[in-house]
Amino acid sequence: MTTNYLLKRVDFIFKNENDWEVILSKSINRAPQELINELISSELKGRGGAGFPTGLKWKLSAEAVNAIKYVICNADEGEPGTFKDREILSRVPFKVLTAMAVCGHVIGAKEGYIYLRGEYHFLRPELNKAIVEFEYYCKEIKFDFSIKIFMGSGAYICGEETALFESMEGKRGEPRNKPPFPSTSGYMGKPTVINNVETLAHTFTIFKYGAKRFYDLGVQYSRGSKLFSVSGDTPKPGIYELELGMSLEDFVEEFGDGDTKAVQVGGASGFLVPRKRFHETAIGFQGKLTGISLPTGGSMMLFNSSRSMFNVLDNYLEFFREESCGQCTPCRVGCQQLLKGIKAVKRGEKNAQYLDKLLRLTETMQYTAKCGLGQSVANSFSSIVENFREEMIY
Amino acid sequence: MAKKIKISINGVSVEIDQDTTILDAARQTGVIIPTLCYHKDLCVAGNCRVCIVEIMGQKRLTAACATPCEEGMDILTNSLKVRNSRKHIIELLLSEHNADCTRCYKNGNCELQKLASEYKIMTQDFIRLVPFKNYTIDQFSPSIIKDDSKCIRCQRCVRTCAELQGVNALTVAHKGDQMKITTFFEKAMNDVVCTNCGQCINHCPTGALVEKNYIEEVWDAIADKTKHVIVQTAPAVRVGLGEELGFGPGVRVTGKMVAALKRLGFDAVMDTDFTADLTIMEEGTELLTRLKRKMVDHDPDVKFPMATSCSPGWIKYIEHMYPDYLDHLSTCKSPQQMFGALAKTYYAKARNLDPETIVSVSIMPCTAKKFEANRPEMHDSGYRDVDYVLTTRELAIMIKQAGIDFMRLDDVHYDRLMGESTGAGVIFGATGGVMEAALRTAYELVTGRDVPFDNLNITPVRGMEGVKEATVKIENPLKEWAFLEGVELKCAVAHGLVNAHKVMESIRSGESNYQFIEFMACPGGCLGGGGQPIPTNPEIRRKRAEAIYAEDEGMPLRKSHQNPEIIKIYKDFLDHPLSEKSHHLLHTHYSPRDRF
Amino acid sequence: MITKDEVCKVHAMTEEEKYALLKNVINDYDRKESNLIQILHMAQAIFGYLPVEVQHYIADQMELSVSKVNSVLTFYSFFSTQPKGKYTVSICLGTACYVRGGREVLNKLKDVLGIDVGVTTDDKMFSLSVMRCIGACGLAPAMTVNSKVYKQVNPNKIHRILGMLK
Ligand SMILES: Cc1cc2nc3c(=O)[nH]c(=O)nc-3n(C[C@H](O)[C@H](O)[C@H](O)COP(=O)(O)O)c2cc1C
Ligand code: SF4
Ligand code: SF4
Ligand code: SF4
Ligand code: SF4
Ligand code: FES
Ligand code: FES
Repeated sequence: MTTNYLLKRVDFIFKNENDWEVILSKSINRAPQELINELISSELKGRGGAGFPTGLKWKLSAEAVNAIKYVICNADEGEPGTFKDREILSRVPFKVLTAMAVCGHVIGAKEGYIYLRGEYHFLRPELNKAIVEFEYYCKEIKFDFSIKIFMGSGAYICGEETALFESMEGKRGEPRNKPPFPSTSGYMGKPTVINNVETLAHTFTIFKYGAKRFYDLGVQYSRGSKLFSVSGDTPKPGIYELELGMSLEDFVEEFGDGDTKAVQVGGASGFLVPRKRFHETAIGFQGKLTGISLPTGGSMMLFNSSRSMFNVLDNYLEFFREESCGQCTPCRVGCQQLLKGIKAVKRGEKNAQYLDKLLRLTETMQYTAKCGLGQSVANSFSSIVENFREEMIY
Repeated sequence: MAKKIKISINGVSVEIDQDTTILDAARQTGVIIPTLCYHKDLCVAGNCRVCIVEIMGQKRLTAACATPCEEGMDILTNSLKVRNSRKHIIELLLSEHNADCTRCYKNGNCELQKLASEYKIMTQDFIRLVPFKNYTIDQFSPSIIKDDSKCIRCQRCVRTCAELQGVNALTVAHKGDQMKITTFFEKAMNDVVCTNCGQCINHCPTGALVEKNYIEEVWDAIADKTKHVIVQTAPAVRVGLGEELGFGPGVRVTGKMVAALKRLGFDAVMDTDFTADLTIMEEGTELLTRLKRKMVDHDPDVKFPMATSCSPGWIKYIEHMYPDYLDHLSTCKSPQQMFGALAKTYYAKARNLDPETIVSVSIMPCTAKKFEANRPEMHDSGYRDVDYVLTTRELAIMIKQAGIDFMRLDDVHYDRLMGESTGAGVIFGATGGVMEAALRTAYELVTGRDVPFDNLNITPVRGMEGVKEATVKIENPLKEWAFLEGVELKCAVAHGLVNAHKVMESIRSGESNYQFIEFMACPGGCLGGGGQPIPTNPEIRRKRAEAIYAEDEGMPLRKSHQNPEIIKIYKDFLDHPLSEKSHHLLHTHYSPRDRF
Repeated sequence: MITKDEVCKVHAMTEEEKYALLKNVINDYDRKESNLIQILHMAQAIFGYLPVEVQHYIADQMELSVSKVNSVLTFYSFFSTQPKGKYTVSICLGTACYVRGGREVLNKLKDVLGIDVGVTTDDKMFSLSVMRCIGACGLAPAMTVNSKVYKQVNPNKIHRILGMLK
């Protein structure tokens, strides 16, 4: 099957948010079940990480029995090359706040938190103003929901949902064992919905226009649109909302500088796609064409032929080595071994076959690491080493 | 009844209770899954990942220790994928480990070594990470040696120090490749709030935390013909030592231990139980005196509740954490230190020895005792009262070095003068034992009758509950103690410093009104001490406790004041409890320390 | 609640006043362990960094063990146990910046300031640090001086940027 999807720009996320009061009032007068069904039929999947169906997530928390529940907006955007959540929070904050409140209505939570990446502290004053206005309106319509901001403190791993809870509880941001999952035991051990900023913004669209408008975009398994942070060797860096399911070839056509050698899809924990596979790669959750998925926040980093893939991998591994929380063996030691390993190969201290040992190691990391960080190191490592083996050795 | 669910492990279907972890389910069905960061005493961390198993239908492997079984799970514990991954993980651990086994104190009883040997990790392809890091071996403490180059970051010590002891001397600092197990600001263990309890040592799977051993020093003393080397053995040692020497947990080896010590060449083998009985005489009298000062003299300075003072880990803890409560401590020294002070005075005199030539060694289930013996307060004999403290584990090493076939030894009795004891002295080794022994004697002193519990067994203070309480009502006291008529003596027992913390907080808040409290730093009391054989876990502690109480029941004398050698020492040397001499030799005061 | 404005006035304060302010902060946060990170943020705003004494003080006030406080703060790169210079110069070494010359800019900075990463100049003017992607990848490489972001920097621009600060 070789279908080429034309690149289609979409404009939902950043479109005006002035009607948020209406959407909020309307939504909280609908039955939770109805809203859940709406989300489920939209087939919206999380835009922050694993692509978990959002409707199902809300449903599970709604079903959990507890007087106290929480809604958390994950704005810890730390994936290198991703800057979409910042744009959403600065341009259409009310969409996110509204979505959080509607989620509160659906699952029965009265408190929401925004976990804001530490580096984004400059967003805080404006966001606080928005929250004050928002809470004021909630009071007016007698809807009991409050939102607080929690500032991150410079640890990438805190984007991982359970590490984020730990961090909010005043501890080291070390991911927890799962199960239990957040829907039954999240922040403070209470049922919690945690969604990415963009995911929440999309629910606003869905509550406003209905599931169908969203569902009609995209392809099977990957419905709707998504924000992409485009960077690297491109004449047009920036943020673009595009329909899911596009082919990477079309994407490079549009954004490349004419000399694109490879694209890293999904940041450090994503995959590197070499030029020869652009045409068979679709961007979506289950890229049907190749099996490549979009594991993270939508970073698209283009590299032209002047870039060394060894340097890119070296940079990723250094990132992981430092940002791993360090608690579990495969990730803590694995990252160090990978980094030292590729350097040793490059310097000729280890032979080229050592790369195969390292590839097997990444497989073990993928199978055994405690959280998504250690599990996804394999993605960039294997896609870079397999496609640019020569560059690793010479 | 817990709900049952059906799962399959390595193709065998089994029915287990819901919420059982995969690890426990496997153990119940006779399948062993290796672990490193898991310990029965501690909450689950799930960070070493050696316990991973394959659940059919899932791409990723699952940590067995951290995952509850679910209906219909089809679990493989030994698939190719599991084995390869596990091997990788062990290789990784070894790559950041200073695997210098032949020069390691834990050689032979190391969980990492055992795992490496089971998986036959013969090659080391991965790059060695050890020399690239800054390692210092912390040997400043008289009790503990911490060697970061042997640490696998399983955090068992951290959880031990936090969950069992509430001390938090050890924590995790930094993250990523820099993550390490350390004290505040990476100070030496000796310079922080560490109580030297040694629980972290007992829970460490590797050689990263070990006791500071004095084996060579003791061998040297024994070989020195000009020295008279005497040894005392703490109550809990006799129910633990066997585990190191081929017996199962909970076997009493008192007679064999004495025989072995003789064969090692000690000049006299005596019993800390003797000074445990002596402690009861002194401490029981102190309690009654305090009651009298309060109730009859209305002395406003007398402090209640009175707290026991035999556990040196607890002493250091209260010095750091509750310095304003130091006056609540009984002024009695611990049995070890009473023994030490008497060894170089009473014993020296009786045997006509120059105290200068006496080397006094003690065998303890405890690492804090090493610190205690080193305290400046402990020189009342005019010499260092106790010269060397060995743990149960160190004694086992000496016995092995000496080539003694422990199993085949015949029982031998302790030497005279300070070798006789009662059941009351023996139970000092278990949580609640000091309390029970004290009540047996104090009650009889006051009323002339046996304490009103079946067969002298004060069961409310026994067992592994963290905080235990008992109330003893005094009726028909002797004339001298008439003021105690109808008084209800409220007692509490706490073991493990988290529980000590609970009790202290309830005192501080005024919520509790105890008169007498026994505190032991280690879970289970001394039988679960930081110097006891590794492993120590709830099951093993229970068995050791059973052994202690069996030893007590088997003794002809079970009350401290009946001990003939106790009667003798008061007659010949000390006059009476709390006499001037005993004040000088057997009592002390402690001073506040910084909280940080 | 203590406001950021109050915290901004801190450089005029004596040590005692700073500790008094910190005490208020801790009270505002109900002395709860779960608020430790916010309290650390405020403490760092007040003192500029988190020296041993401040960690002691926080632990003491909150009845936590000081090693726990230390354990938490060493996890997060925002917290510093070393004093910082008047200007903290940070260069992004996220992938986009790295491949577009971030490393060269860093080397130039080290050269010009004469210090290594994580160090402060003797005159207490500059501290040098490295960060991970700050979301300016579109215009890489990026660097920041305190909270001001400079995009598309190159080694030649360094003198000008630093010169304007002095
Ligand atoms: C290492 C790591 C970092 C993560 N960082 C983020 C992040 O910065 N923002 C985010 O929304 N999700 C992040 N996630 C994913 C979250 O764990 C979680 O899946 C997500 O917030 C769920 O929201 P969604 O369902 O709306 O995507 C991260 C996951 C991992 C493993
Ligand atoms: S995979 Fe890495 S980041 Fe995740 S828990 Fe393990 S060490 Fe921490
Ligand atoms: S800790 Fe264990 S594996 Fe390491 S050197 Fe010692 S005995 Fe060997
Ligand atoms: S000896 Fe006891 S107090 Fe000291 S670090 Fe170990 S467990 Fe903690
Ligand atoms: S010192 Fe021992 S118990 Fe503590 S983390 Fe290291 S290996 Fe584990
Ligand atoms: S024993 Fe299960 S992860 Fe360590
Ligand atoms: S990589 Fe430097 S700003 Fe993103």
